Amino acid sequence: MSLHSTGNPAISEKRARLSARTIVPLVGMAIAIAIVFFGLDWVGTDYGYLAAYTVLQYVVLATAWNILGGYAGYVNFASAAFFAVGVYTSVIVYKTVQLPLIATIPLAAVAAGLLGLAVGYLTLRLRGTFFSIATLALSVVMNTLVVNWAFVGGSRGVYVLRPQNIDYFGPYTRYLCIVMLIMAIISVLIARAVERSWLGRGLAALKDDEIAAECAGVPALRLKLAATAISGALMGAAGAPFPFFVTYVDPATAFSLSIAVNTIAMPLIGGTSTWIGPVIGAVLLGSLQQIATVTISSALNLLIVGVLMVIFITLAPNGIVGLVQKIRERRT
Amino acid sequence: MLNWDLLSNALVSGVLLGGLYCAVAVGVTIAFGMLDIVNIAHPAFIMMGAFIAYFFNANYGVDPLVACIVAAPFAYIGGRLMYRLYYLAFERHGEESLQGLAFFFGLLFIIEVGLLLIFGVDYRFVEARYIGPGINIGFVSIPWRMLLPLIVGLLMVGGVALFNAKTFTGRAILAVSQDPGALRLVGGNPVKIKEIAFGISIATAIIAGALLIIIQPVEPSIGRDFIGRVFAICVLGGMTSLPGTVIAAMLLGIAETLTTTYLGPSWSPAISFGILLLTLGVRPAGILGR
Repeated sequence: MSLHSTGNPAISEKRARLSARTIVPLVGMAIAIAIVFFGLDWVGTDYGYLAAYTVLQYVVLATAWNILGGYAGYVNFASAAFFAVGVYTSVIVYKTVQLPLIATIPLAAVAAGLLGLAVGYLTLRLRGTFFSIATLALSVVMNTLVVNWAFVGGSRGVYVLRPQNIDYFGPYTRYLCIVMLIMAIISVLIARAVERSWLGRGLAALKDDEIAAECAGVPALRLKLAATAISGALMGAAGAPFPFFVTYVDPATAFSLSIAVNTIAMPLIGGTSTWIGPVIGAVLLGSLQQIATVTISSALNLLIVGVLMVIFITLAPNGIVGLVQKIRERRT
Repeated sequence: MLNWDLLSNALVSGVLLGGLYCAVAVGVTIAFGMLDIVNIAHPAFIMMGAFIAYFFNANYGVDPLVACIVAAPFAYIGGRLMYRLYYLAFERHGEESLQGLAFFFGLLFIIEVGLLLIFGVDYRFVEARYIGPGINIGFVSIPWRMLLPLIVGLLMVGGVALFNAKTFTGRAILAVSQDPGALRLVGGNPVKIKEIAFGISIATAIIAGALLIIIQPVEPSIGRDFIGRVFAICVLGGMTSLPGTVIAAMLLGIAETLTTTYLGPSWSPAISFGILLLTLGVRPAGILGR
C-alpha cells in the first residue's frame, strides 16, 4: 500500500480541509464581487465604477508582482514600467489599427512579457539583487524612451477617445470595470495555478536555497524567466485598458510612483507566501486609498502607504496572512 | 566633420560631472560593494543632503557645502542607527534579500514624498560666490561650480581610501565583506564595523547632496535618476574597488555628456542603464573587479 492512497485517513482529511480552505475564500470572493457589482449598478454613479476599477487594477498588479516577488523572492521594482508598456501598447494600437480593447490586452501582455524575458535573461543569472537594481533603472529608461517618442505623445501626452456606451454592457466605465474584474479573476487563478504547480514548487525551492535547488536539478534560470515573463505579462495586461480609463495619458501618469509603490506594498502588507495575500493587500490598501484621496492629499496618501509598508516588513514580515495564521495557531 | 571645440568641451565637462558621480557613488561602493547592503535609498539621502543645503542657504545664507559638512556627523549617527535597525529586523534572520530591499525602497519613498510635502515640486537652487564664474583654458571653459564638486568628490574617495588603508576600523570594513568570522577572530565585531561603515556611507550621501545642488537646481524626484547611475558606477567599478569607482564615475560622466552633446539631454538618463545592463551581461566583475 502506498502512502499516497486515499485510504490514509490523516492525508485525506488534510486534503479535504485544504480544498475547503481554498474553495471558501473563492466563493466568498465571488459573492463579494456580485454584491459590489449589483451595489454599484444600484447606486448608478460613475464614481463607483472608477473606484472599483482602480482597486481591481491593483489586484492584478499585486498578484502579478507576487508571482516573482513572493514565490521566488526576486524583487521587481519596475512594475510601473511593465504597466506602462501595456499602456503604450494600447496607445499604439489605438493610433494605428484601432483593435477592440479585448484584442489589445493580449498584445500588451505579450509586449510586457517579452520585456520581462529580455531584462530577466540579462540579469537573472546573477544574484537577485542585480535583477532588482536593473528593474529600478528600467523604469527610468522606459520613461526616457517614451518621453523621446513623439508618436505616442512624448512628454506632452496623448488623448484617447472612448465611446460613451458599449453594446450589452451599458456605460463604458462599467464595461472597463467588468473587463478589469475578469482580468483580476484570471490573474488570481494563474497565480494559484503557478503556486500549486511544479513551477511554484521550483520557485519556492529557489527562494529557500538557490544553489541547493540547482544541485537537486531545478532548472533555475528557466523557472525564473518563466515567472518573470508571466508576472510582466499580467502587469502589461493591467495597463492595456488604462488609456481608455483616464482618456489622457502622459509619462507621468503611466509611470506613476503610486503604481510602483502600491504594487510592492500590497503583497508585502497582505502576505507574500500565498495567492490570497496580495488580494487582501490590494483590496484593503486600494479601497483605503480610494476613500483617503477624497479626504487627504494624494502625496500624504502615498506617504502613509510607504510608512505602512516599512512597518509591516519590519514587524510583521509575513503580512496580514501571517498575522492571522499566528493567531489561529495560538488558539489551537 | 568632427567639431574639436565641441568634443573637447564635452570631454572636460564629462570629467567634471564624473567628479560629482564619485561623491554620489562612493557611499554605494561602501554599502553595496563592501557591506553587501543594497541601500537603494542612497539617492534619497543625497536629495536629503541637497535640501539641507538649500534650507540653510535660503534661510540663513550658509554656504551649501559647509551646511552639509556640518550635517554629515549627524547623518553618520543616523546611518548607524539605521543599520542597527536593519540588522535587527532583517540581516540577523538572513531575510535581507527580499525584505531588506523592500525596506530600503520604503525608506526611499518616504524620504522622497516627505521632501515633496515639505519643499514642493519646484526646482530649488542655492546661492554662493563660486556659482557663476569660471576659468577659461583655450576654448575649454571650466565653471567653478563644476570644478568644486570634482575636487570635493575626489577628496571624499581619497579620504575613504586612506581611512580603509590606515586604520584598524577601515581595514576591518574591507575584512567584513570577505570573512566576518575571521574578523571576529582578530577582535573585531562585524556588526559594529558594518554599523560604522554604513554611517560613513550615509554621511557621504549628505555631502554629495550639497555638491549636486551646487551643480544644478534640484527637486525631490530627480533622486530617482541617480539610482541607475550609482549602481552602474558601483558595478562597473568592480563593486569594492575605490579606484574603480573613480574610473567608472568618470566614464559615466563622459558618456553622459557626449550623449547630451550629440543626441540631446533627454536621452542621458538611459545611458547609465545601458552601461549597467552591459556590464552585468558581459563582465559582472566590472573593470577592476577580481
